[in-house]
Amino acid sequence: MSMQLEDPRIVEFDVRTDEMLVNMGPQHPSTHGVLRLLLRTDGEVIHEVTPHLGYLHRCAEKIGENLATPQWIPYTDRMDYLAGMNMNLGFALATEKLIGMEVPEKAMVLRVIIAELNRIASHLVGMGAYGLDLGSFSPFLYAFREREIILDLFEEVCGARLTYSYLTIGGATHDLPAHITIPPGLAALTGRPMDEKLTWIDACRVFLDWLEKRIPEYHTLLTTNQIFIKRTAALGVMPREMAIDFGCTGPVLRGSGVDHDLRRDGEKIYTRMYEGYKYEIPVAPFAVAPPEVELGDNWCRFFVRMREVSQSIGLVRQALDRYPTAEGTYRVPFKMAAKLPRAEAYLETECPRGQMGFYIIGNDSSIPLRARAKSSSFCNLSVTSKLCEGCLIADIPAIVGSLDVVMGEIDR
Amino acid sequence: MSPAEIHQNLVARFGGKIVGAELEVLDPWVEVAPAAIVEVAEYLKHEPALAFDALNNLSGVDYCEPDPKKAAKFGHEAHIEVVYHLYSYTHRHHVVVKVKLPRWKNDQSGQIPDLDSVSGVWAIADWHERETFDLVGINFVGHPNQRRILCSEDWVGHPLRKDYEFPLEYHGIRGR
Repeated sequence: MSMQLEDPRIVEFDVRTDEMLVNMGPQHPSTHGVLRLLLRTDGEVIHEVTPHLGYLHRCAEKIGENLATPQWIPYTDRMDYLAGMNMNLGFALATEKLIGMEVPEKAMVLRVIIAELNRIASHLVGMGAYGLDLGSFSPFLYAFREREIILDLFEEVCGARLTYSYLTIGGATHDLPAHITIPPGLAALTGRPMDEKLTWIDACRVFLDWLEKRIPEYHTLLTTNQIFIKRTAALGVMPREMAIDFGCTGPVLRGSGVDHDLRRDGEKIYTRMYEGYKYEIPVAPFAVAPPEVELGDNWCRFFVRMREVSQSIGLVRQALDRYPTAEGTYRVPFKMAAKLPRAEAYLETECPRGQMGFYIIGNDSSIPLRARAKSSSFCNLSVTSKLCEGCLIADIPAIVGSLDVVMGEIDR
Repeated sequence: MSPAEIHQNLVARFGGKIVGAELEVLDPWVEVAPAAIVEVAEYLKHEPALAFDALNNLSGVDYCEPDPKKAAKFGHEAHIEVVYHLYSYTHRHHVVVKVKLPRWKNDQSGQIPDLDSVSGVWAIADWHERETFDLVGINFVGHPNQRRILCSEDWVGHPLRKDYEFPLEYHGIRGR
């Protein structure tokens, strides 16, 4: 390489601080899956970040064009595998929109219980893994301990712990089980007898009561921890306009101060599920934020998620109260061979990571002409290059982690 | 604004460049001439009464039935559609914009059609267009960095084309 004296990177005594190409991932623990970032750095300072995707590409959309809609539900599980229920729900609702199906009240209440429980589980992983990214190990263990019980409860409901395929077109595959043996983790944590029999709804209530008391502990461990604040506050600042321009949604968008949540602002077919529930939509800036925090930084995004956990606890409780008296059944039958009309429908739902959209085109056949999944993490990740410019290498896990992406959903 | 008002507004501004619309469907859509997509997109985003600041989804759809036995029932002319789902955070309204393209440029199989890129209008279109180029096969003219995003760089063909044939092998891995 020839040397040029006017090169600004020549700092002193003709010593040239050359740029380095550093490869981060795809097997790097803090990249949340198989994400590869190619960094162009000057020492510790990032000049450019190029994300490389596709390591987990499983041709989900192509498969969707060759299967009937109920057959594609298991593939939606594997997109955002931390929130399989929300993915099932999004696709089921999009199909219902296309065929003009309305589900009974009982199915809607059931869907709220399940979707919000999965949101709690997903945000717990988000919180734990973010702590891990920043070098704090214990929140991760606590988060997984709590999530384990949600997985146990889901296992009682549908038999699966991660890829549920439970919420389906027309409602859900099964009703909630009447009586279960208390999940062993819950019995151990609450000091109840291991062989206690109770209804699923009661088991869920016992868990929520116990979880609610733990939330202040997470705030002590992370949110108000000085080291955590130093690593997150005023870093990765994303102004409102930038968030909208890059199609960011969910906690990332609300962390930048945009008051938008599809549970309240979405389409009727989705919002009617949430009618009559009392809950708040946490939006930055927060009055309780430490003084170092800026609007749209890592801390805000993290705190939106933490507040959503509390709100979801309230939502599940209200839905559990409604469930025994809700009218109708848990499912309207939908035949696998039923033909989809010659029409198209696009529907976005509020998944834990943002607005997941499904676009289905029917063509007088049970198999759709096009099944498109618009991933929220895909859009949220696209902002990485912009956010990381000029940061230090050590801040990349803090920034990418605060976006809380799941690669299964990005690569599909 | 209702979809009908948005359509009227666009027709009043662009006239013949708005080549069609379907307003009585689940997601009302407006069809734009391919050559006018960037100016219509700029207008949709910056006109204060419309203010479509968010591109929720950009996708390509291949309308084609390669199986001659099923072709009679298919019911669509063979073509490609690029579909833009837009949303306005200011006015909280939606619109769908469609552009229809031939399946192949100059009817030559393998020559993917051109369309002007809207990545200068909405930043997220950059990645969505890369994905559409990769999987559906549309050349976005003026895209700053049009590379494959989900398939590997040396992949051949565009898998979401209906007449796509899976490769027999890829770097020694058996395909089918």
